[in-house]
Amino acid sequence: MPQIFHPSLNTLSRLSIFGGAFAALGLLAISYMLVGSPYQTQVGIIHDQPVQFSHEHHVGGLGIDCRYCHTSVEISAVSGVPPTYTCMSCHSQIWSESPMLQPVRDSLKNDTPIAWAKVHDLPDFVYFHHGIHIQKGIGCVSCHGRIDQMPLTFKDKPLTMEWCLECHRHPEKYIRPYEEIFNMEWKPPGGDQLTLGRKLIEDNHIPVDRLTNCSVCHR
Amino acid sequence: MRPWFPLMTACLAVLSTGCRQDMYDQPRYEPQEASKFFTDGKSDRPILPSVVHRPDPKTEPRDELYDHYNLGIVDGEPAETFPFPIDRTVLDRGRQRYQIYCTPCHGERGDGQGMIVKRGFSPPPPFYGERPPTGKSPAATIYADLREAPVGHFFEVITKGHGAMYSYASRIGVRDRWSIIAYVRALQLSRYATESELPQQDRDQLSKVSR
Repeated sequence: MPQIFHPSLNTLSRLSIFGGAFAALGLLAISYMLVGSPYQTQVGIIHDQPVQFSHEHHVGGLGIDCRYCHTSVEISAVSGVPPTYTCMSCHSQIWSESPMLQPVRDSLKNDTPIAWAKVHDLPDFVYFHHGIHIQKGIGCVSCHGRIDQMPLTFKDKPLTMEWCLECHRHPEKYIRPYEEIFNMEWKPPGGDQLTLGRKLIEDNHIPVDRLTNCSVCHR
Repeated sequence: MRPWFPLMTACLAVLSTGCRQDMYDQPRYEPQEASKFFTDGKSDRPILPSVVHRPDPKTEPRDELYDHYNLGIVDGEPAETFPFPIDRTVLDRGRQRYQIYCTPCHGERGDGQGMIVKRGFSPPPPFYGERPPTGKSPAATIYADLREAPVGHFFEVITKGHGAMYSYASRIGVRDRWSIIAYVRALQLSRYATESELPQQDRDQLSKVSR
């Protein structure tokens, strides 16, 4: 009877056993990194938009308050993408001939919405509420980053559950006084965030032990 | 068949099970989401033309104060008085709202020299003093000095817009409109206040500056 297996298969079989184990681990590692990468979280990715709107120009350059356009952010779950009417409050006279703003003028004239691409899209099983975060002292910049320095809007934070929980477990690291919510450049006085944060948790009646309950965000 | 092939297939099968998005995009509308069902493409439905506003019993007065509060009108004329008492809380709220919605054009001081005006928007009249001649909109010359204008006039302008100014009714709630008007009154007053009218604390502050 001839030999079925060539002697070199001894080496090959050992290689494939070890290689297989490494490959499986490697695949897991790669998929873990992929889930946290901008490919999945969309952090830093700029979407194509119907109009090249610049927060850098409107917020950083002109100093327009967030709430001038996002009127419902303090009281509602959603901050509200402004209606075209709001854009045209100024652009009826400023850049009123600009071809860049043609979609805005068309939108007002024809009463059709501008189809913006959503930049921060939470899963439908997360019930996020802007209003409560603002009332309790989370600044815009904590989740949206330096929006006043973004010529085109992108997601600055991953908004994964892990990321949300980091703050829900330790809100004292992030919370700020009500007057500074919309301030993009605020720093805690003296750099002592923790003392201030603990005091604000007291003042704003934040039940930290309950912030990590499932039903706080999921229903 | 290579021995690693079934292993790879198994790994891929395990990894790809997480890719269904049904729970991420549930069959319901998020606010402002596009719709394929409605012909205008919007899931947010407009208020029907025949809908009648019903006052909120908690925040809105009914009966004789209704027109005063919601329209700024008393006996068919622009209201001369505020429909609710003005205190420090109202003024602070008014200042905050003024700085959000009004400063871009009217400026922090109410002089009509806000950032958007500096970028070329029609300058609004200052809230105090003789208005500079613009020769542009004749409708804008009802009051030679806006200090003479009744509060109801400001309410109507914020609600309906005026000249180049668009309506702010959808952006500023009714109570906030009155708060803003109260703050505008404070701005008007502050420009013509005399030293004797100031509290002692402010007078001390002032004497330090002038020295």
